[in-house]
Amino acid sequence: MSAIETPMQRESARTIFEKSKTGRRAAVLPDAEVPETPIAELIPSKFLRSEPPRLPEVAEPEIVRHYNRLSRRNFDLDSGFYPLGSCTMKHNPRLNERVAALPGHARLHPAQDPRRAQGALELMWLLQASLSEICGLPHVSLQPSAGSHGELAGLLLTRAYHADRGETRTKVLAPDTSHGTNPASVTMAGYEVVKVATNEVGGVEMDDLREKIEEAPEDVACLMLTNPNTLGLFDENIAAIAALIHEAGGTLYYDGANLNAVMGHSRPGDMGFDIVHVNLHKSFSQPHGGGGPGAGPIAVSDRIEPYLPRPQVVRRESDNGGGPSFDLDLDRPKSIGRLRGFQGNFGVFVRSYAYILSLGGDGLAEASETAVLNANYLKARLAEGRAGERLPIAFDRHCMHEFVLSGKPMKRELGIATLDLAKRLLDFGFHPPTVYFPLLVEEALMVEPTETETKESLDSFADAVEAILAEAESDPELAKQAPYTTPVRRLDEVKATRRPVVRQPLG
Amino acid sequence: MTRYTSATDADRAEMLAAIGIDSVDELFEQVPGPLRLGRGLELPDGLSEPEVQARLSELAARNADAESEVCFVGAGMYDHHVPAIVDAITQRSEFLTPYTPYQPEISQGGLQAMFEFQTAMSELTGLPVSNAGLYEGPSSVASAGYLAIGATGRRRFVVSRGVHPHSRETLATYSVGYGAEVVEVGLEDGVTDAAALAEAVDGETAAVFLQSPNFLGAVEDVEALGAAAKAHGALLVVAVDPMTLGILKPPGECGADIALGEGQPLGNRLDFGGPSVGFFCATEDQIRRMPGRIAGETDDVDGRRGFVLSLQTREQHIRREKATNNICTAQALNALGAMIHLAWLGREGYRELGELLVRRTAYARERLAAVEGIELLHEAPVVREFALRLAAPVDRVLDRCAERGIAAGYPLGREYPEHEDGLLVAITERRSRAQIDALAEALGAAIAAERGDLVGARTTKSPQGAG
Repeated sequence: MSAIETPMQRESARTIFEKSKTGRRAAVLPDAEVPETPIAELIPSKFLRSEPPRLPEVAEPEIVRHYNRLSRRNFDLDSGFYPLGSCTMKHNPRLNERVAALPGHARLHPAQDPRRAQGALELMWLLQASLSEICGLPHVSLQPSAGSHGELAGLLLTRAYHADRGETRTKVLAPDTSHGTNPASVTMAGYEVVKVATNEVGGVEMDDLREKIEEAPEDVACLMLTNPNTLGLFDENIAAIAALIHEAGGTLYYDGANLNAVMGHSRPGDMGFDIVHVNLHKSFSQPHGGGGPGAGPIAVSDRIEPYLPRPQVVRRESDNGGGPSFDLDLDRPKSIGRLRGFQGNFGVFVRSYAYILSLGGDGLAEASETAVLNANYLKARLAEGRAGERLPIAFDRHCMHEFVLSGKPMKRELGIATLDLAKRLLDFGFHPPTVYFPLLVEEALMVEPTETETKESLDSFADAVEAILAEAESDPELAKQAPYTTPVRRLDEVKATRRPVVRQPLG
Repeated sequence: MTRYTSATDADRAEMLAAIGIDSVDELFEQVPGPLRLGRGLELPDGLSEPEVQARLSELAARNADAESEVCFVGAGMYDHHVPAIVDAITQRSEFLTPYTPYQPEISQGGLQAMFEFQTAMSELTGLPVSNAGLYEGPSSVASAGYLAIGATGRRRFVVSRGVHPHSRETLATYSVGYGAEVVEVGLEDGVTDAAALAEAVDGETAAVFLQSPNFLGAVEDVEALGAAAKAHGALLVVAVDPMTLGILKPPGECGADIALGEGQPLGNRLDFGGPSVGFFCATEDQIRRMPGRIAGETDDVDGRRGFVLSLQTREQHIRREKATNNICTAQALNALGAMIHLAWLGREGYRELGELLVRRTAYARERLAAVEGIELLHEAPVVREFALRLAAPVDRVLDRCAERGIAAGYPLGREYPEHEDGLLVAITERRSRAQIDALAEALGAAIAAERGDLVGARTTKSPQGAG
């Protein structure tokens, strides 16, 4: 135990269930206004619950305090720098929250007759059109709920496309450095993953790709890529890669996790991709909510369009000179079908559309430009001094929106691992970068500052890294035992997995 | 400088100097020339905050929402009152703006909230293990299919036609990838045809899917129906409406291996269908096959109680192609909203709300069934939603009710061609007795008018026919 405990560390982490006391309550419900018939006369008793579930009994003031207290035990983007690589932690405009909460959006029933939901359908159509332009692909489905859902959609689309041509293909190629969701989605879609080697700049190893395709081109269903790649570098061979995959008859899938680097500068459709997913909770400012909600719309080429999930939002021109109308098209005979209920995460669409309206085409391009500038500036700052020695850049050239450092020399020379540096950064008030990803860089730190950050915050982060490396030269234990100032210190994750306690025992 | 960024010209100059370049364009030179867009995006210019708000308000005003009309539509999402504290707490930056809690030391609030949500959902469903939430209802059903394949090694699903049509369709979509067959079992008098179900389940069946109350609002005899699954070693997956679990026997006590569903009724607004949260609970032996995040309790190095993402070796970022699911970003904030709503209702309030729904629904069902031209589609017990048959075209009746500011229900013909005359009516605590009476009146008048019109149409047409 460290000598001094912070007030928050002294607080006990009691759950709302442990604060329960019989007889307390918050909710006051409306009167029934109808006869108080015993429930057992309305529903046979064999279907009835014998005891009410043991939900907490707590009055409203205490519920508010409880969750406010919990909130203070979180670090968040509104409180400080959050350079989590591949996660694009950009500012979440409050305007978007306000417009999403308008009753016409927030209280619109999803089964409302399309004729009485024209504003919502038009908004979805406009967002589709915007994403289509940004991605350089003509058709968009907003339905997938997150990036991995978009991946699954893309793979099922690929399957439907090939099946329609009478082809059965079994393999999906993905770089060995891909996001974990890629191979997981591949298996769920019934394909086998074939790993493609990565070259020293994190790009696709062309010889290996050729070899993997030539083994059985007729088996290749798809290649999944992100570009810029996981090292934050643009794969210059992308046109050649696309040609190879298309020649083999496969589709090219773009994991849009890194789209924030290229908005208004380069488009996946123009690079040759057939299917793209867009993380609205990354590039398009939907707040991440501590793990969702998000949305993962997909944009696709003409040949993939017939198979898009249903329903699809369509615009119909008027026959009688009136304005256009919008509808949900369910009559899509080649569609892969639904991926979820109703129309998708509409509340997320409202926020992201508001964001696109706020920035406009030029603003989006400038956001990407600033994100790339910020990343390169921070990279330059971290190439100075101790960081430059102990945390070398994995591949030293201009990066796009993020870059990867290796903590290997730091570990060797100072005895502190990337994890220790990350934990020590918590004491300095920063969220650490993504750590130990991508796997091809030893002791990796993946840094994505986004366009949100000021030069001052980038400087103070670089200064903090420098300070941690300096203190570690004389006292490496400081980092190894960190953090000290957080609500709890390092947690026993092994115990949590060996003997999982996943709910509060209730008396 | 653009919206939401802060780099001034002076900042840019200093930053470019530090990088050692003259222009940001040099950074984009790694993009091969032909792949650079070389023009501006064809999107409108950016707008000021008041302009964006005005534009979005204009769009919102063209929707008939549950504030501007009286909403009796359910079909999986319900117009419940969302307590004010849900908005206040979920809009706090500390919950709204963090990422998934990969650094547990600075994410204890979110992790503990997940743990509390898991505790609550376990308690509601009567099953010991809950995850921290999935995307929403129907995709949770599809995820249960993946679990069942992993657990049984079989690839055949038997699904009741009483399961939400979107869930059935989503399961079918995913099953193409799973290489699984989906067999549907029909309804009889509003509930799953028990004999047909028993016949459909066999030794190759991975899971049997039921929903209670089912899409037509009817309470299913889960225990009796589930026997067929047990007899053949298939998992029993039961979709439930969480607002009914203060009243109905929890699925865990009815033999369910997995209980899941759409969490929207708990603390989540309608939002035209999302975001909401799917919940997913299971028996202990499935814990290592669960999809999604799971928060677990542990200690820190000083012995303080703390929470972490547990059992991560199931997940995609560790297990990759062998993961139990591909899910990454889910619905943490929506699950928090659900938990706050449950705490606000509390043990007594939750039961009372269930009773309120049952009684008002019973009143509404009786009141509407007494209207000329309306009869019950089934007489099975219901909790908060029921199905009617109308003696006039449902869409036209709905249009007439809409003119009076009432969204009268969900037209069953949209998903059930065999119930072209069917209307599904949902009740929440927001629907007062007076509103129910107004609905009865509006439906009665609309049906009468339609039948009058029909008769009128026939009389005007018949002389021509006769002539």
